[in-house]
This record gives sequence, C-alpha cells and structure tokens, in this order.
Amino acid sequence: MGTVRRRGREPGVPVPLLVPAVLAVAFLVLPLAGLVIRAPWGELGPQLTSPAVGQALRLSLVSATAATGLSLVLGVPLAWVLARSRARGRSVLRALVTVPLVLPPVVGGVALFLVLGRQGIVGRWLDQALDVTVPFTTTAVVIAETFVAMPFLVISVEGALRAADARFEDAAATLGADRWTTFRRVTLPLVAPGIAAGAVLCWARALGEFGATITFAGNFPGTTQTMPLAVYLALQQDPDAAIVLSLVLLVVSVATLLLLRDRWLTRAVR
Amino acid sequence: MSLAADVRVDRGPLTVELDLEVADGEVLAVLGPNGAGKSTLLRVLAGLLPPDDGRVAVGRDTWDDVPAGVHVPAHERRLGMVFQDHLLFPHLSVTDNVAFGLRTRGVRRPAARAAAAEWLARVGIAELGDRRPGRLSGGQAQRAALARALVGEPALLLLDEPLSALDARTRLTVRAELRRHLADFPGSTVLVTHDPVDAMALADRVVVVEEGHVVQAGTPADVSRHPRTDYVARLVGLALLPGTGEGTTVRLDGGGRVAVAEETAGPVFVAVRPESVALWTTRPEGSPRNVWPARLVSATPHGSTVRCELDGEVALVADVTATAFAELGLAPGAPVWASVKASDVAVYAR
Amino acid sequence: MSRRAPVVTALVLLLAGCGGSADDGTATAPGPSTAELGGTLTVFAAASLTDVFTDLGERFEADHPGLDVQFNFAGSSALAAQLTQGAPADVFASANEAQMTVVTDAGMADEPQVFAANVLQIAVPAGNPAGVTGLADLAREDLTIAVCAPQVPCGAAAEDVLTAAGVTAAPDTLEEDVRAALTKVELGEVDAALVYTTDVTAAGDAVEGVDVPEAERAVNDYPIAVLADAPNPGAADAFVELVRSGEGRQALADAGFRTP
Repeated sequence: MGTVRRRGREPGVPVPLLVPAVLAVAFLVLPLAGLVIRAPWGELGPQLTSPAVGQALRLSLVSATAATGLSLVLGVPLAWVLARSRARGRSVLRALVTVPLVLPPVVGGVALFLVLGRQGIVGRWLDQALDVTVPFTTTAVVIAETFVAMPFLVISVEGALRAADARFEDAAATLGADRWTTFRRVTLPLVAPGIAAGAVLCWARALGEFGATITFAGNFPGTTQTMPLAVYLALQQDPDAAIVLSLVLLVVSVATLLLLRDRWLTRAVR
Repeated sequence: MSLAADVRVDRGPLTVELDLEVADGEVLAVLGPNGAGKSTLLRVLAGLLPPDDGRVAVGRDTWDDVPAGVHVPAHERRLGMVFQDHLLFPHLSVTDNVAFGLRTRGVRRPAARAAAAEWLARVGIAELGDRRPGRLSGGQAQRAALARALVGEPALLLLDEPLSALDARTRLTVRAELRRHLADFPGSTVLVTHDPVDAMALADRVVVVEEGHVVQAGTPADVSRHPRTDYVARLVGLALLPGTGEGTTVRLDGGGRVAVAEETAGPVFVAVRPESVALWTTRPEGSPRNVWPARLVSATPHGSTVRCELDGEVALVADVTATAFAELGLAPGAPVWASVKASDVAVYAR
Repeated sequence: MSRRAPVVTALVLLLAGCGGSADDGTATAPGPSTAELGGTLTVFAAASLTDVFTDLGERFEADHPGLDVQFNFAGSSALAAQLTQGAPADVFASANEAQMTVVTDAGMADEPQVFAANVLQIAVPAGNPAGVTGLADLAREDLTIAVCAPQVPCGAAAEDVLTAAGVTAAPDTLEEDVRAALTKVELGEVDAALVYTTDVTAAGDAVEGVDVPEAERAVNDYPIAVLADAPNPGAADAFVELVRSGEGRQALADAGFRTP
C-alpha cells in the first residue's frame, strides 16, 4: 500500500518520503563523489606531508576549536537567556543573534573591521590605549570564526533548552538549588546532548569558514591562513592541488567528528 | 511548623482564592477536578509561583506576604515536593537524586550519600541506589521521589498527584506505604489529588476545590456523608471502612463483617460506592451476601437520586433513585435493610 | 563578485568530473557577420575590466539593436578554467598573457591581441597617514601591509616588482585578489597595499596612489581574443574592434589603463 517493504518484516518507508530522501542523498553526496573521483590521489601523500599544508591544517583545527570553546562559554548562557528569561525584547534579541547566519560572511568580516579594526569603534581604543591590534592575527581568525559559527550553537542549545522539561528545574528549586546551581547541576546535564550537537555544528562551520576570516584576519601562512583559504588560493593556480587540500580537510573533519561521536557524544546522550 | 496559607492567584480566566491551615503532623488533601487550581496552589506553596495577594506562613516563618512585599524563593523554603511523574533527574543515580537536596544545602558528599542511602532503605529500595531513574519501575521511582522529598527533613511536604501515574496494582502498595510514611512525618502535608480514594485513604482532612474556591472541607467521612454539591456527591460518595482481611471476609474495626470477592489478609480498607448499596424495607432474600440492618439518618436529593446516610452496624451511604425512594416511603429515623453484592465491594491494603 | 568566481569554477569542475556537461543555454542564432548583428554576445572578461567593459557593452548594444551582450566578470584564471571546461563564450579578455595562453594552448582561440596594460601602484588610505613614499616602505615592520597572494596575477606581478627593486616586503596579509586588498586600504586597516593603477582610480577619494618607478619592470598586458567556437562570431569580431578603436582606448585610459 504505497510503501516499499524490505524482507517483508521491517515497516517500509513511504514512497513520497523515500524518493525525495534518495534525491537528497544524491544531491549531497554526488559533489563529494566528484571530488573523490577527480582527486589526483598521487598528490595526496606529498600534499599531506608538505609543511605548508600541515601548518594550515593545524591552524584550522586550533582556531575552529578555540572558536567553538569561545562560542560555548558565551553562547550557552545566551541560549539560556533566550529560552528561559521572560524579559521583553527577547524575540528582537533572537533575530539579532541569527543575523550572522544570513549575512554574507565577507560583509561580516567588514563589520568586524568596523568594530575591532584599527579604525573601529573598539579597535581604535585597543590600538591606542593597549597597543593591541586584532586584525591580521590568529586571534582575528578565532573571532571571525566565532562570529559566523556561534549562532549555530546558540540556536541548537536554545532548542534543546526549550525541549527540555522545565519542571526539572522546579524540582531542583524545591530541593534548595538556586538558579545558578540548577543551571549547573540539572539544566546543563539535561541539555548536554543538545550542546554537544550544537558544538559540533559550530565547529564544522568554523572549520569551513572563509569569507569573514579572509576579510578580517587576512591571509598569511602560519598566522591566519586556514585550510579554506589555502584551498581557495590553490584553486587560482592549480585546481588539482585545491581538490587534494579539500579532501584533506574533509577527511580530517569527518575523522574528528567520528572520534568525538564514539568517545564523547554517545556518552553525553546517555 | 503548621502551615497557614491565605492566597489569591489570577490565572487568566481563573482566580484561585484559597484559605488553608494544616497542623503539624496533619495531612490535608486538596481534592478537585482538573483545572480547579490545585496545582496552582501547590506551586504557590512551593514558592515557584508568587501569589497575587495574601500570605503563606509555615511555623514562625513567613514565606509570602504580598502586602508586605515578602516572597521567599523556592530554594530557600524548607519543603519537600513529590511530583506526579516523579521528576527524578535522569542524569543522576538514584542515590545522587536523593542526596541532591542535602548537597545544595551544603552537606558534604559522603554524608549526603549516607543519608540518602538510609532513606532509600526506609522506602524499601536500598539496593537500587546505583541505578539511573530510567531503569526504575513506576513504583520504585515514586518511592525514590518520596525519599528525595523527605531526606532534608522539610517543614512542609507537598504531594502533587503522587499516585496517579502508577498502574492500579502498584498504586495500592505505594499508597499503603505512603500512608505509613505520612504517619511518621512530623510536619504538615498538603496532598493534591483528583482521586477521592487517595484523599480518603491518606488524608486527615479533605478540602474540595472547584474553580479556584473551596466548596467543602471536613474529615473524609464528613465530606462523603454530607456532600454539599453534586460534584462532591459524585466524587466522594464512597464509604471507606477500615478493617482486617480474613480470606474473603473483612472484619471491620467498627464491628460487623463484609464479604468481598477477592481474598485478602491484614489491615485493609473496604470501599463501597453509594450507587451499589440497595435499600429494602424488609430483609431481602437471595443473592447478596452482605445484608445489614440500619437506620436512615438523613436523605438529601441530588438531581435524580437521593443520597441516604445510614447508621447501624456498618456505616454506609446509599444513592437510590427518587422514584425508588418514594416507593420505599422512608422518613429519617426509619429502620431499613441495606445490601451490597460482594463483587461491588473494593478492598485496598492500608 | 570576483570572490564568487572560484565557486563557479569548482561547480563546473565537479559537473565535468561527474560526466555531465555545462550547458547554460546561451546558444544563439548565428547572425550575419556584417551590419545586421543580433542574438546574444557572451564576453568573459577579467574582473578589473568590469567598469570599462560594462560601459562599452551598453554602447555596443545601443549601436546594434537586437543584440544582447552578456558579461561574465571574474578572475582571469577562473575564467580560463571555465572556458577549458567547455563554458560557451564568444570573447575572452584576460588580465594577463598567462591565462590567455592557457586558452590558446587548448586550441580554443588564436591571435590574441593586446588592447591595454596595467601597472602596479601603492594604494594608501586618503591622506597617506603612514607617509608611504615608495616600495622600500613595504619592508617596514611597523606598518600593516597587504600584498596579493602569489597565486593570483596581481601577486605574481608584485613579486616581480619587489624582486626587481630588491625589496623584501613584510606583508601582514596575502590577499586573495586586488579588490580585497583595496577594501582594506579603504577601511584604513592597512597602511599600504600593492595594487593596480586602475583599482586606485576606481576606488575614488578614499584611496590615494603612490607611483612606483620599478613597476615598469612588470607591466601587465591585457590580451583579447575571439574564441574558436564562438556561437556569435560576427558580433565577437565587432566587439573586439570596438575595444581596440579610439572610443575603446579612451574609455580604457579614463579607467587608468595604458593603451597601445
């Protein structure tokens, strides 16, 4: 009756769902397959061992991880405020938080200049009073990635908080826990899977970040040239090398996520 | 540590206005249909919802005094609360759940865990302390929730439909245990329920709430004998008689015997619904195994039925149709025979 | 805009890799090669030509009612890659000889002709706050310097010029294209950037140019060619003629290009 049955035992997937799902898989996987098929595998070894690639890869992993850490420290509390506080203007706040999701990243990079650049609102003061310049440093890479990636974390954690049963927090209150203790000892563990999922999204987005990074942090090997920047520049001269670099990034990120999944995510889920 | 609460809460169209007092060691059941404002009352007493007006005091401590601008937040109130679906924290072991309230109040971990283990033993699940709540049965989880609420020696115990999530069989045992623990509890208890059996079996006093207001208050027997509204009559009509099970007979504490369908042993409650009591002017012949002589004390019409209060060897309440009542031609003080089929008698352990 | 181009390239590469072929339906009816030009003319041109060619394209359309000119502006290397992957076009105007060679070597065009040249200049924020006077300043550690990445044409040119001048620059960033470098100058976030004269001209008042004598060592020639498989060869020839005419040269000169 309109379903595809396998071995006659498992409940089948309805055709109206199956067909688009298969198309979706094709849509997502075929470009990757193209990369894999076209990849000059012979170059993989030399590229992997080349110090320039190692440098870019290390910088990418370090900065994406730092951006995720920063997003967790700042984003989880923000998600709590969005999900739990009854303050007015929350919907406006939520809309503002999601702006980086729709803003072209290059524009985000320019916006960061306007705040943290040498001529920026805050940056000018940092430059003159503290002699700190943010643009064109690894710190700038982390900031650009955080700007673009944190909304992913905030949105998923807020969703997890809304889905979590707030009555557990009531129960904690009747057991003498103030809001901070409740947050630490009840809410946080309850939404840990949501936080983990958000952190993974955030990390992945930070790892692939290009536009805001190249604009705000520039591109210099060793300090600000992350893998996506290296891929982009390789593409200008040697598309084969670009494909290989993309694959390196892809393999490393997938491997990291699988490793985390085994080591940590599954435990967080229970 | 008695509770005195006189509060008003506006919840949209519903205004909850309740004035309650509960003495030390007393159990007050707040009985009423869904949406009557019972849970709102509990949330106010717990400090989770500030009242719009009024006062809440426990012993000499004022927890809420709206005119004076006093509101003690939930976590600073010495109370324990048991929720309908237990709300044990899924990420903590049962022991850590029970120890939670002690830890938040500054008790060191080993001491808190020791106290938790002791309480788990008291509620009969000592061996389950290392489990996660997800791996407990409904009854075990509710026992753990009770231990968690009581371990901090609260001044006030709040029970929110504590038995309603349990299946019928578990409910009987947990209800009987809960009764024992409530008897030992020195503070005030407020039990919110929509189930008259829970109210009758557990409470010293019953308050019936409809649409945010008290419609009747009194002992369980009072309320069932003299229901003031149709709702109360329907809800709490049943007679709850303590006795001792002896096979298919229960010897009542107040004298007399009742034949029951199931075999029982030890202390039990016998519950008889008023609509299953038949009245006769002469001793009935034939099937019913329970026949008692009685005297009509009062008769109150409720809709198409008449609620008859009976006095005698076994104190019962009967609902008969208005027509049947007219045919019987009874007046208060008249002698009458009451009969109940054994299969219509419910028995609960106590 | 120019940042998007590599994405297009990547997609084209992927499609090609999967055995598909790019066909975006720009096929045109071959028109007569004389006065009556019609259909669509597709011009692939270096990003630095955006303003001049858009202007010339409008004039061309005005002269030939019924002709529709479509431009694809992007980095020359991206355009060359698109063309060799089979993207249909009539005319290719490259910002350097190297990328034109990629196309001619593939047998897709011949007889390219140089129609313009561009030289490097140092772009500084309005007022030149860091007091940059020449290439030697690009070696100053206390300044924030942007240079194009060596993989892109302006970076290759910059390397040539710096080497010729014997200056070891101390860049803080290697920009992915000229416009990105220029944006940072406009924002005042870098003290100096090595870019093309035309870019300084296009940037207007926010940016000033400092001439670099050594830039003569690396003059960047712009070749243009009609593609062998041009769907609209008549219009293609006419457009190349317009670019090389007096009118075209004037427009190029106004934009800061040198013309032959």
